Amino acid sequence: MKTTRRAALKAGAALGLTSLALPSVARAASGSVVVIGAGFGGATAARYLKAASPSLEVTLVERETSILTCPFSNGVIAGYNTMADITRSLDGVRAAGVKVVKGEATAIDTAARSVRMADGTQLAYDRLVVSPGIDLNYEGLPGYSAAAAEILPHAWKAGPQTLLLRNQLEAMPDGGTFIVVAPANPFRCPPGPYERISLVASYFKAKKPKSKILVFDAKDAFSKQGLFQSAWESEFPGMVAWIAGKDGGKVEKVDAQAKTVTSGFGTEKGDVINVIPPQRAGAIAVAAGLTGDNGWCPVDPMTFASTKAQHVYVVGDSSIAGAMPKSGSSANAQAKVAAAAIIASLDGKPAPAPALFNICYSLVNPNYGISVADVYQATDKGIVPTPNAGGVSVAKPTSLNERALEALYAVSWYRNISADTWG
Amino acid sequence: MRGILVTLGAIALACPAAAQASGPTGQAMAQNCYVCHGPAGRSAPPIPSIARMPADFLRGRMMEFKSGQLPSTVMARIAKGYSDEQIVAISDYLASLK
Repeated sequence: MKTTRRAALKAGAALGLTSLALPSVARAASGSVVVIGAGFGGATAARYLKAASPSLEVTLVERETSILTCPFSNGVIAGYNTMADITRSLDGVRAAGVKVVKGEATAIDTAARSVRMADGTQLAYDRLVVSPGIDLNYEGLPGYSAAAAEILPHAWKAGPQTLLLRNQLEAMPDGGTFIVVAPANPFRCPPGPYERISLVASYFKAKKPKSKILVFDAKDAFSKQGLFQSAWESEFPGMVAWIAGKDGGKVEKVDAQAKTVTSGFGTEKGDVINVIPPQRAGAIAVAAGLTGDNGWCPVDPMTFASTKAQHVYVVGDSSIAGAMPKSGSSANAQAKVAAAAIIASLDGKPAPAPALFNICYSLVNPNYGISVADVYQATDKGIVPTPNAGGVSVAKPTSLNERALEALYAVSWYRNISADTWG
Repeated sequence: MRGILVTLGAIALACPAAAQASGPTGQAMAQNCYVCHGPAGRSAPPIPSIARMPADFLRGRMMEFKSGQLPSTVMARIAKGYSDEQIVAISDYLASLK
């Protein structure tokens, strides 16, 4: 680890060198920033910090060698994409001058401003960005566990679980039942379960047309609901049954051995069962005391500074960001806000006003895309969508052929946000 | 010095939303375009690039999306989220990029 100014100060204090000449002015926009997590939030923060202030020492901590994105992982599950399609290298982050440290952050001493790694090393920081994404809250669903997920995959973090669900769907006989268990709000990627249902339905339509999809939802409404349900009727008539929470859709327990799901609706057996469990902020955020009672991290909506610890910023899925959905696009925008706020803070200046935006494309099939987009305002009541703007794709496509265009734009969006995030 | 820094931090944390009189800069808003239009507005098609375009052209397009004069999939929804002044600021910033 390179010696940062802060580390040097600490070392000086430890040696009793209190008469060591200290800088007489507040820190300039140099210093060290540690970023935990190299997903959409963390990698964007690291690259934008370094680009805006090249004298900053920026260290990005990531336990994986490369990133597997959740965007387009539903395409892998449905057989339209490969794991290579959703793998993002960290070479572009390194090329931007960011030091990438492979390993797991296990604790944060917010008073001493130091991150402890699993291997025992410590990373000192002037400012810290925490972007660990989600953790699955297995206790939130009786019968579900890490072991049960090997039989009833969640596939809600891209990786081996994505392939497990893909393999199960490939092995499922025509005429089988695919059950999806969808969680209550808030959770990562609000339209994600419904895009997954759509793409798997598209796969079934082509390869296993007698199959059914049964959706047990803890909610009574979901993202882009009108668009998805209209697409299910037009593209896959009779294949998808969605059961709202109020109609008995809230699942009370799952049984991995029996491959059943029990809800107010009764007990249903599935050939393949995808359980998307309740979620909470990533473990490091919980360990560092950055979470509130609901399991997510409260932040100042103007800067994404934690309200639980000084000099710490939380971006992405772990943060409570008002009306902004937990998405890669939100995380990317929030990271830029936090990066600008950190640089201003190190400069001793007030944070600039934030600009917040989100767009989520979903595919119904590879040629049928829909979107939701919003420009947000950070107010003293939190983050709210700009009135009379934003929202979802048109209900009835025009001669513009919106569904086909948005399917193309979804792929283009993925390439572009990837380049903006990882270089 | 630590005491001063801690105090400054506390002030920053307590800074209420209303104290930020001016809105986001053209740069801050333009950076949100990049998620779809690529870093610095240079896009992998078919989403069009918005780099190296004259400010007047970008502003004109955004105003036409906003009014509905120019049909779009998503740009009308986005353009309506910005004031005319913000559209000028975004366009000026994008046009200033090398």
